[in-house]
Amino acid sequence: MRARIAVLALLGALVLMPYLWMVAASVKPVSEIFRASLSIWPEQFAAAENYGKVLARVPVLHYLWNGVVVCGGILLFQLLFAVPAGYALAKLRFPGRGIAFGAVMLGLLVPPHVPALPLYVAASGMGLLDSYTALIAPFTISAFAIFLFRQFFSALPDDLLHAARLDGMGEWSIVWRVVLPNAWPAATAFAIFSVVSHWNDLFWPLIVVQGHEHATPALGVLYFRSEEAGDDFGAMMAAAVLMTLPLVLAFLLAQRRFVEGIATTGLKG
Amino acid sequence: MAGALMTLPAGIAYLLLLLLPTLATVLLAFTDYELGATALGWIGLDNFREMLADRGFGVSVRNTLVYVGLVTPVSILGGLGLALLVEAGARGRAFFRAVFFLPVVSLTVAMAAAWQYLLHPTIGPVNAALRAMGVGTPFWLSSSDTVLLSLAAIGVWESIGFNMVLFMAGLTAIPRELYAAAEVDGARGGFDRFRLVTWPLLGPTTLFVLTISMIRSLRVFDTVAVLTQGGPNKASEVLLFTMYQQGFTYLRLGYSAAITLVFLAVVLALMWVQTRVLDKRVHYA
Repeated sequence: MRARIAVLALLGALVLMPYLWMVAASVKPVSEIFRASLSIWPEQFAAAENYGKVLARVPVLHYLWNGVVVCGGILLFQLLFAVPAGYALAKLRFPGRGIAFGAVMLGLLVPPHVPALPLYVAASGMGLLDSYTALIAPFTISAFAIFLFRQFFSALPDDLLHAARLDGMGEWSIVWRVVLPNAWPAATAFAIFSVVSHWNDLFWPLIVVQGHEHATPALGVLYFRSEEAGDDFGAMMAAAVLMTLPLVLAFLLAQRRFVEGIATTGLKG
Repeated sequence: MAGALMTLPAGIAYLLLLLLPTLATVLLAFTDYELGATALGWIGLDNFREMLADRGFGVSVRNTLVYVGLVTPVSILGGLGLALLVEAGARGRAFFRAVFFLPVVSLTVAMAAAWQYLLHPTIGPVNAALRAMGVGTPFWLSSSDTVLLSLAAIGVWESIGFNMVLFMAGLTAIPRELYAAAEVDGARGGFDRFRLVTWPLLGPTTLFVLTISMIRSLRVFDTVAVLTQGGPNKASEVLLFTMYQQGFTYLRLGYSAAITLVFLAVVLALMWVQTRVLDKRVHYA
């Protein structure tokens, strides 16, 4: 069993290598980085310079805030659309139910890159490019979310719903006040999946955003690299650290939920 | 009727944001539409003919296949190995799971920048280490010989923890009694247990991880867009990056849509193969 820990430690160190060097370079002065020495520990600390440069040159907090707005907006609408639809597909009989479920299954097959071109043309035609709307709207409908909630809601006992109906609750209030509170595991799993994928997304923001105002963290890193950093790897790494930190911190605080969330939702990328 | 009403908002959003745009992409692929043009012409299969004739597109497809061919097996075998290793004992389980999973939740663009520094030909720590060992120092991301390999290494690093977590979920679903039964039947070492119980029962999980890994690596875009822009000399040009460039740099939306359809066709084919094999072969339950 000693061997197991030794092998894991070695592989773990390998996986962590980029983080170690990223953080190390972010506190080293340029001259030291260019000497390419193999010591991770800096001889001179230049943290204030590097991080100061990033914070002074680009609106880091604004990028992070944009990330929060975009991911929050996407998640909110995904839940608003998918939770009632998932409930209806799981527990109610209505005309067109079969077609609706077929549409969900069809939607599962389509990667988000496929509708991107027409959505771009539409956004451009409506003057919506470079706006929160353009960043959020295309992802508000998630066939995967509907599917996931339908599966989860199907397992809820019917007695629970009968009792609520006997109490005189309508179907809409049952969805939000009975079904959703009983579905927190599915909801948190989906929330984590959704936030992780949209926080990290580059493809769509790169297409619709043009300036700093609506740039997400991923774009922020890209802008800083092309406009400010040049060969200044210290400042570049400082920017990378600042943008990576929020989600990594959230992960470290709730790692079991993250891993479970991605494992349950990973059942579909 | 409440049911129909409850699916209505989702239905409208689905129609406007998913179904119609997807159909529009399909139609666009048969036109010569360029962004900003006032008219568009139906050109039938011309876009696809151009694709076949275009050497750049051929290179892009080849690069994508090489990338998928490198990342998929390594990240699956690696993910399985890590899952078995982490699950084999209680000590350090949560810690190492977190370590290997970290790249999955890290901002890809930022980590790509970190890799760029790590793999920098002159000041990068990787080459500094190689130099210290007296070995040759490749140009990694800036040489057409090594660029795909470097990108694939980053791809493996990114997805190995994701695959590990999926395999861990599959491992916990295997009933403990089966291992005891296998032991009674004479399975001695760890390898016998793996060959007789773990591997066959992981069949559905493995097939699933295989499909999802291929689709995920087929989608490679971020690292290419950040690190190489398809270069040097198209050596790292991949399908989605070509689609992006044709559509949004050269504004040739019709051609870009045709590339998107090729991408979609490959994704659908992979999913179809998965369901077919899943129905026939690997089902033990």
